[in-house]
Amino acid sequence: MSRQSNHVQEYCLTVIIWTAATMVSIPFIWLMGDLLWNGWSHLSFNFVFSAPLNAGREGGIGPILISTLLLVGVCMGVAVPMGMGTALFLSEYTRHDHVLGRLIRGSLDVLAGVPSIVFGLFGNALFCQVLGFGFSILSGGLTLACMVLPILIRTVEESFRVISREQRLSAAALGLSKSTTIRTILLPAAIPGLLVGGILGLGRAIAETAALIFTSGYVDRMPESLMDSGRSLAVHIYDLSMNVAGGNPHAYATALVLVSLLFMINLSSSWIASRWTLSNQLPT
Amino acid sequence: MDLIQPTSHIIPDPDKRAGFRAWLPYQSTEPFCEPDAHLRANNLSIAYHDLQVLRNVTLEINRGCITALVGPSGCGKTSFLMSLNRLTDLIPGCQVSGHLQMNELDILAPTTDLLQLRRTVGMIFQKPTVFPFSIRKNLELPLREHGTHDRTLLQSTIENVLQQVGLWHEVKDRLDHPAQALSGGQQQRLCLARALVLTPDVLLLDEPCSALDPISSGIIEDLIASLQGSYTILIVTHNLAQARRIADHVAVFWSLEGVGQLVEHGSAQQIFESPKEELTAAYISGIRG
Amino acid sequence: MISSSSNISPHSKRDDLLSGSVRFLALTAGGLLLLVIAFLFYESWPALHHIGLTRFFSDPDWYPTDNSYRLTSMVWGTIFASTGAVLLASPLAILSALFCHFYAPPLLSRWFRRMVELLAGIPSVVFGFWGLVVLVPMIGHWHPPGPSLLAGILILAFMIMPTIMLVAHTSIAHVPLAYIHSASALGFSRWSMMWHVILPTTKVGIFTGILLGLARALGETMAVLMVCGNVVQTPSRLFDPIRTLTANIALEMGYALGDHRAALFMSGLFLMGLVVLFVSMAEGLRHRNTYVATK
Repeated sequence: MSRQSNHVQEYCLTVIIWTAATMVSIPFIWLMGDLLWNGWSHLSFNFVFSAPLNAGREGGIGPILISTLLLVGVCMGVAVPMGMGTALFLSEYTRHDHVLGRLIRGSLDVLAGVPSIVFGLFGNALFCQVLGFGFSILSGGLTLACMVLPILIRTVEESFRVISREQRLSAAALGLSKSTTIRTILLPAAIPGLLVGGILGLGRAIAETAALIFTSGYVDRMPESLMDSGRSLAVHIYDLSMNVAGGNPHAYATALVLVSLLFMINLSSSWIASRWTLSNQLPT
Repeated sequence: MDLIQPTSHIIPDPDKRAGFRAWLPYQSTEPFCEPDAHLRANNLSIAYHDLQVLRNVTLEINRGCITALVGPSGCGKTSFLMSLNRLTDLIPGCQVSGHLQMNELDILAPTTDLLQLRRTVGMIFQKPTVFPFSIRKNLELPLREHGTHDRTLLQSTIENVLQQVGLWHEVKDRLDHPAQALSGGQQQRLCLARALVLTPDVLLLDEPCSALDPISSGIIEDLIASLQGSYTILIVTHNLAQARRIADHVAVFWSLEGVGQLVEHGSAQQIFESPKEELTAAYISGIRG
Repeated sequence: MISSSSNISPHSKRDDLLSGSVRFLALTAGGLLLLVIAFLFYESWPALHHIGLTRFFSDPDWYPTDNSYRLTSMVWGTIFASTGAVLLASPLAILSALFCHFYAPPLLSRWFRRMVELLAGIPSVVFGFWGLVVLVPMIGHWHPPGPSLLAGILILAFMIMPTIMLVAHTSIAHVPLAYIHSASALGFSRWSMMWHVILPTTKVGIFTGILLGLARALGETMAVLMVCGNVVQTPSRLFDPIRTLTANIALEMGYALGDHRAALFMSGLFLMGLVVLFVSMAEGLRHRNTYVATK
């Protein structure tokens, strides 16, 4: 291969790669710009806190924000204790290569890949019908909990695993019981990981639509209890854009609220993660 | 080393013993190394899964003496140490066979109360393993776990052990600061204090100086020497000069055909001046190992 | 790491309580997958029983109210949309990963990566909405009607690109530095280094990413529902509207009863089977490949 053709090849590749990177960036910038441009003008204090009128064409998203919070609250309220317990079991009560541990981990890996619409079907069948919760925030929140559980467990287990062997051995050498070791040494050390996992799960729960449309329903009134149907922000966007003629302006504004929420969540989780790795690198 | 307080400075308060073993080394007279077996290993073998690391060790450790376990890396010294407080239970696939006895207690018996055993047998690791909270909490945690909640007793016990390891004057104003902010040598002394706080009979030291700088290492070494007679001490070390300086007895381990075995055991003087085994002679003169 | 393998440890009451409850929670979490599968089976049983598998492919059309259950065109819709998206997204994602490692200045590379991470976090309903209000009218202007297979492919590609790119990025980051140094020491050009050193050592990792992307595309609901037009037909051109299996479930679950409802659960079960297959393949590869972070 001559030096000349080598140069040409190198040049072409550089152009191709920069083009690809640009092609990836443009839609992103376009999408964000579009949301900001069209959403910003409708965004106001009033919009965020007042109730939707005329199927959402007018008014705001107050009750929808509350429903979203309740959904996420139910979801995290169930997923966090379950995730902590499972992660503890996987890292402290089974060996890494133990059959039961491997089975549970494998099934969680698969669960993480299950499409959200399938979770929706499952939630509809189990929570709405068999358990009789109907279309309710409770059903939706429990369905979301099933969805975020795998990612939560993965992160928390990881944070238990980085606690050094020596710490565990020296706790045992002092005759500390397992529950004391977990309470005083392992749990405090795992808090950042738990936060990161919780925040990631929170992000997934807030972004979810397909699993909610037939578990928590469409109702856009202010929910009075967990047994009421409630509409999340994501479902609101879907409904406004697909089923309500003239709903686009408010769909834009809602999408802007949703995306800003998610960005804040994303930023805080990477902030915690970076502080956490920093503090782990301190000489001990 | 002025920092080291002789053990006789520790004054037990008989009134506060209730519910807690007296803060006191096991004997009340002048500490000394007795010709009386405190720990007995009989045909002890240790294997990880199918890999045998220690075979047929028979050894008596005398009460109140410092016994140094020496030998090249990977000959089962640490495994031996960890079998004495059953930390081997925590290592997946580790199997201990044979017989281990401490006074009348059968250490390997399934019915042995492990928490109690580990309270009686303290252990220090190669790397200082302070817990990620304050100095005070590091020392209080084992005490509380074993049933001491009285504040004044906690306070006086903490002061006593910190005096004993020569840390009191260095840390008395920052007991509530994170223990991880201490230097490596200070952390190791804190770990020692944390083990002493439970008034163990036996101390297991797994290369306690090897991760430290020479000065800290010297302080720890003097500290260990000062504990002679008050505790039965087993120390794994690769530093023969150190073994010679502080040990009453020396046990030489060697890896024969890939399996660790006890080669020779005797008083430090005998091992270093007139070793019976060729391997020992070669090892201490630096020809092998 | 450390297990309570001994049958002899002196558990206090609290230890027993803790280990019991932790075990219970873990078994529940581990059993969740079985529960999901069991429920899907249970709910789709009437369909399997009354309709039978073959009729899903031999009935004249999808008219569930007239007892006609042909799923074929929706299966094709799903397959076309997701493979199209993977074919479009993979090269872009791999090139962007290379861009991040070898072409972009450090600052730009960091920002680019951060951007892709944010992109990965944008909800599918927002992608769908953007596609509906921006992309679909553009395509409609160019080649009516607008809502089409093409729109679905573009949106899906855009959505799975971050997945593939982030996995590829991680596996490139795990190429031992020594390989890169020795390639440079041999006077390799950037092109030869990437072609002969980087891509061969990372191909398994990249393939893992593509499988995960494919799984995501197959299971995606909202975005395709919003941009594809949802007409039940086998597409013959890129500009034909299509309906995917996922969109079909989302559209009809609200009012489906009896066998119709069971048929929807059946298609969910089928989807789940496909996705589980791809995810387990990806996990299998991930465990065998030393250059991909196991995390």
